[in-house]
Amino acid sequence: MNRKIRVLVAKPGLDGHDRGAKVVAAALRDAGMEVIYTGLHQTPEMIVEAALQEDVDVVGLSVHSGAHLEFFRRVLALMREQGLENVLLTGGGIIPRQDAEQLMSEGVGRLFGPGTHTSELADYIRESVRGEGD
Amino acid sequence: MAASPDKLADGLLTGDRRSIAQALSLVESRGEGFRDLLRVASSRTGHASRVGVTGAPGVGKSTLISALTFAAREQGLKVAVLAVDPTSPYTGGALLGDRVRMGEHSGDDGVFVRSMASRGAQGGLGAAAGDVLDVLDAAGFDLLLVETVGAGQVDVDVAEEAETTLVLFAPGAGDTVQAMKSGLMEVADFWVVNKSDDPQAEGVRADIISALSLHDPPDDLDSRVVLVSALSKAGVPELLAGVVARSERLEDSGDREKARRRRLHRRIVSAGGELLAQRCSAADGLVDEVVSGRLTVHDAAEALLGKPAGDGERAS
Repeated sequence: MNRKIRVLVAKPGLDGHDRGAKVVAAALRDAGMEVIYTGLHQTPEMIVEAALQEDVDVVGLSVHSGAHLEFFRRVLALMREQGLENVLLTGGGIIPRQDAEQLMSEGVGRLFGPGTHTSELADYIRESVRGEGD
Repeated sequence: MAASPDKLADGLLTGDRRSIAQALSLVESRGEGFRDLLRVASSRTGHASRVGVTGAPGVGKSTLISALTFAAREQGLKVAVLAVDPTSPYTGGALLGDRVRMGEHSGDDGVFVRSMASRGAQGGLGAAAGDVLDVLDAAGFDLLLVETVGAGQVDVDVAEEAETTLVLFAPGAGDTVQAMKSGLMEVADFWVVNKSDDPQAEGVRADIISALSLHDPPDDLDSRVVLVSALSKAGVPELLAGVVARSERLEDSGDREKARRRRLHRRIVSAGGELLAQRCSAADGLVDEVVSGRLTVHDAAEALLGKPAGDGERAS
């Protein structure tokens, strides 16, 4: 009934560039969503545990370290292990197109690069969650 | 998508974490079957101690909760944290950031952290907070720590939901007169001065004690106005011990039961308010009646609620 879209925004690994994650978190908040922001230096295990406890609809990862393939794959695998198949895994950062396409073919959602308008991201999340949900 | 309320209730009572998480969502969003779920959960409540932590933004509530969780885990207690942050009255969105300070408990099965948006409720908690705490209680946690939104002086709802309320202060936020004001100061069971390494912390504690001593001072003032450093955890195990000892005293004296009854009374009224708010969507049709002069605003309100029997033309 009053179910709001809940999104976990997390930064895995050691890179400290959290400006992008904060911009996205604020934009999704302003789009009327409930955004759980975990901050920097999260392990995939911490991210998936938080996603489970918070019962989110979406997990968004921000990766600027070049380790996107490892992080997205590991988080996706842990999500499946925990029964979170219905949760959308998306995100962004500096991700070459062929890597993004590879990850999408493995079950990750759309990945967004620099220059994306935040409203595009909010629309994508809304369509994915509402379309799938009921 | 989500499991049925029955299945969730089963999972909840066995402590299954995904069931707990989904049950919390169901109750919070008032989804289909939430009353059935609460019927099961409510019959299993009463075990957990409910401790509220409130105070102005930035005084260290999340950090203190993390430190209290740590101290409680040392004693083998299972801990659930409910952390409330404000919903925007303009967009309906919320940024829930309390987990940032609670990362050290990740991977510990004895800790469950849930963030909640206030969703339009005034008073520092969400409307569903009491129900959410019942679910966590039924799931078998020993200690429920509730963090309010950064509170203003009259955001005192937490004292209605928690059996013990900690009001947190930090140095640099005003003088003795601030400590004399109504509201938050009055609902505290413990007055906790954080950032005890700050040279002014001892002075804040003295101000609080002095303000509370002006009139009819509470018992054990000295042990209830405490200095801690949430960051270094100094003083936190002692604070937890004080809270636990107080819960035991309340249990023995029967005051815990009395407080529980007061809490339930308030929640019945508040659940009634929720139903009323739903019914008020029917008020649209009554607007015409008032515009045309057939009903006054007060007649329309009575019509909305269904006039109580025998309570017709009462003289005022």
